[in-house]
Amino acid sequence: MDASVSTVQGGRSVLERSPLHRLPDRVLQWGLSALAAGVLVLIAYFFIRLIGQSSTAFGHVGFLNFFVRNNWDVSQLQDGAACATAGNAGCTFGAWALLLGTVITSAIALVIGVPVAIATALFVTELCPRRFRGALAILVDLLAAVPSVVYGLWGVFVLIPDLKGFQQFLADTFSFLPFVGGTVAGPSYFIAGLILAIMILPIVSAIAREVISTVPSEHKEAALALGATRWEMIRIAVLPYSRAGITGGAMLGLGRAIGETIAVVLVIGNSPKLGEQIFSQGYTLSAVIANEFGEAASTPVYRSALFAAGLVLFVLTLLVNIIARRYVVRSTAGKRMAADVVAPEAPAGAAA
Amino acid sequence: MTQLAPISARRRRTDVAMRGLLGAGTVLALVPLVLVIYYLFHKGLSAWSKDFFTTDPNGNFLGYPGGIRSAILGTIEIVALATLISVPIGIGVGLYLTEYGKESKFANVVRYFVDVMTGVPSIVFGLFVYIVLVLARTGGSTFAGWKGAVALSLLMLPIVVRSSEVVLLLVPGSLREAALALGAPRWRVVTRVVLPTSLSGLVTGALLAVARGAGETAPLLFTVAFAQTLTGNLNGSMNSLPIQIYNDIQSPRAEVVTRAWGAALTLVLMILLLNLIARAASRRSRLG
Repeated sequence: MDASVSTVQGGRSVLERSPLHRLPDRVLQWGLSALAAGVLVLIAYFFIRLIGQSSTAFGHVGFLNFFVRNNWDVSQLQDGAACATAGNAGCTFGAWALLLGTVITSAIALVIGVPVAIATALFVTELCPRRFRGALAILVDLLAAVPSVVYGLWGVFVLIPDLKGFQQFLADTFSFLPFVGGTVAGPSYFIAGLILAIMILPIVSAIAREVISTVPSEHKEAALALGATRWEMIRIAVLPYSRAGITGGAMLGLGRAIGETIAVVLVIGNSPKLGEQIFSQGYTLSAVIANEFGEAASTPVYRSALFAAGLVLFVLTLLVNIIARRYVVRSTAGKRMAADVVAPEAPAGAAA
Repeated sequence: MTQLAPISARRRRTDVAMRGLLGAGTVLALVPLVLVIYYLFHKGLSAWSKDFFTTDPNGNFLGYPGGIRSAILGTIEIVALATLISVPIGIGVGLYLTEYGKESKFANVVRYFVDVMTGVPSIVFGLFVYIVLVLARTGGSTFAGWKGAVALSLLMLPIVVRSSEVVLLLVPGSLREAALALGAPRWRVVTRVVLPTSLSGLVTGALLAVARGAGETAPLLFTVAFAQTLTGNLNGSMNSLPIQIYNDIQSPRAEVVTRAWGAALTLVLMILLLNLIARAASRRSRLG
C-alpha cells in the first residue's frame, strides 16, 4: 500500500508510519498467521499421538492381522508373548468383523440415502415451484440439526420394534439374494444403515443442490428448445454436467456414515461376531470404541486396540474426504467445497 | 410452415413417471423428519413437568428418577466454554485467510486442512483429547468438563473458520480501501471496518457451530464422562444432555426412558432455536 508513496533517501517519508506505529500491524499479521499454523500443528500432533497410542495393539496382534483376523474377543486376551506363539486362535483384536460392519452399514446408507438425496435435490432445484424451494431446502437441512443420540433414541424405541415385521418381510422376499434371509434380529446392519441414510441425506442433498445450481441455464434452455421434456432436460443437460459434484457429495456422505458413532452403537446390536446377513446383529469400528471404552480404559492393550480402531476410522474418513473434495472442487470450478450444510451459504442460497 | 411433431406418448409417460419419482423421493426424505419430531413431542412432552427441569437425576431404583437440571446446565457450561475457545480462534484463522493469507500457498494449505477437518468423525476428536488431556491427567483430573469443551471446540473450529471466511469475503474491498486511503493502519481496518461490517454473519456462523456442538455425544463420552449432580466445577466429571440421553436409553426402567425422550425434546428444541436465531441473524447480514 505504500508503493505509491515516494520515500526520501536515507529516511522514511512523511507519509510512512514509524516502526512503533507499525508494530500492532506486525503483531496482528504474525499472530493470525501463527494461529493458522497452530491449527495445522495441532492436527499433526494429534495424529502422531494417536499412532503412538495405537502401536501397542498393532504390536500385540500384528499390524496386518488387526485388519484381516476375525476375532474380537477380550476374554481371550493374553500377554504379548503367548499371543505370538498361539497364532490365530489365542490372539484377540482382529478387527475384520468391525471393519466389514463399517463397510456394510455405510454401503446400505449410500444405497438408500444417495438416490433419495439426488431426487430431493433435483426436485427442489428443477421441478418444485419457485416459492416452495427455500422452505423445502430448509426442511431437508433440518435433518442435519437432529443430534445423533436422538436418532439413536428414535431407532431403539420406534424403528427397531416397528420395522421388525418389515425386515422379516424383506428377508423372506429377497432371500434369493446373497446375505439376505434367515431370522431377523431386530437391531441389525440394516437398521443402522437406514439411520445412517437419514443422517447423510442432508449433506448429500445440499451438495447436489449446490452443484446442480451451477449448471448453466443455457444448457437447460437449449435442451428444452430442442423439444426435450422436463425429465429429458434433466437427463441430458443437468445430470452429466453435475455428475462429478454429486459423486463428491455422495463420498462426503460416505465419510459421515463411516464415522458416525452414537446412533450406530445404539441400533446395531454390538455383536463382535460377523453377522451372516444384513438383518443380523453386528458391530462397527466406531461402535466398538463407544461401547467398550469403559471396560477397556484400565487395560492398556485393550485401550490401545480401541485407539487403533479410531486411527483406522480417522485415516479412512481422511482418504474419503480428500477424494470427495477433488470431485466437488472439480465440478464447482474452483469454488470452495460446500463440505457442511451448516455453512451459511447453504441457507442463503436456498432462500434466494 | 411445418408442424412441430407432438411429444410421443411414451416420452410423455416417462416424463410424468420420472417427475413423480423425484417428487416421491422428496416426500420420502421428509418422512423421517416428521416422524422424529412427532415422536419427540408424543413421548417427550409427557416427561415434562416442573420437577423435570428443577431436579437432578438421583439414580434411585424406584420412584421418580429425577429430572435433567444438571444435564441442561452442564451442557450450557461445556458448550459455552467450547464457544469461548473455538470462536475467537476460528474468526482469527478466518481473518488470516481473508486479510493476510489470501491465495498464498500457506493459506491454501490451511484452507485444505480446515476443510478436511470438517470430515473428521467427532469420536476421533474425543479420542484425541482423551489421549492428550485425560490420560495425561492434565489439571490433576481425569475426566473433566473443560476437556469436553476442548473436544467440542475442535469440532466447532472448522465450522467457525469456514463460515467466518465466507462472511469476511463479503465485506466489499472498497470499504477496506477507503479506510486505508484515509490513513488507517491495517489492524484498525480489521477491527474497525471488517469485523463490525461482518458482525452479524460471524454471529450466524458461531451460533451454527454452537448448535452443532451442543448435540454431540461421542466426544463427551471420552472426555467428560458422567456425573449426576449439578456442579460448577469444570475440572471434574459433569452431566450433559447428550450423555444423559445416551445413558437413559440403555436403562431397563420405563420412567428413565421417558426421561430420555423428554431430554431429547429439550435438546432438539434448544438446537432448533439456535438455528432459527442463526438464520434470522444471517438475513440481516446480507451485505450489499
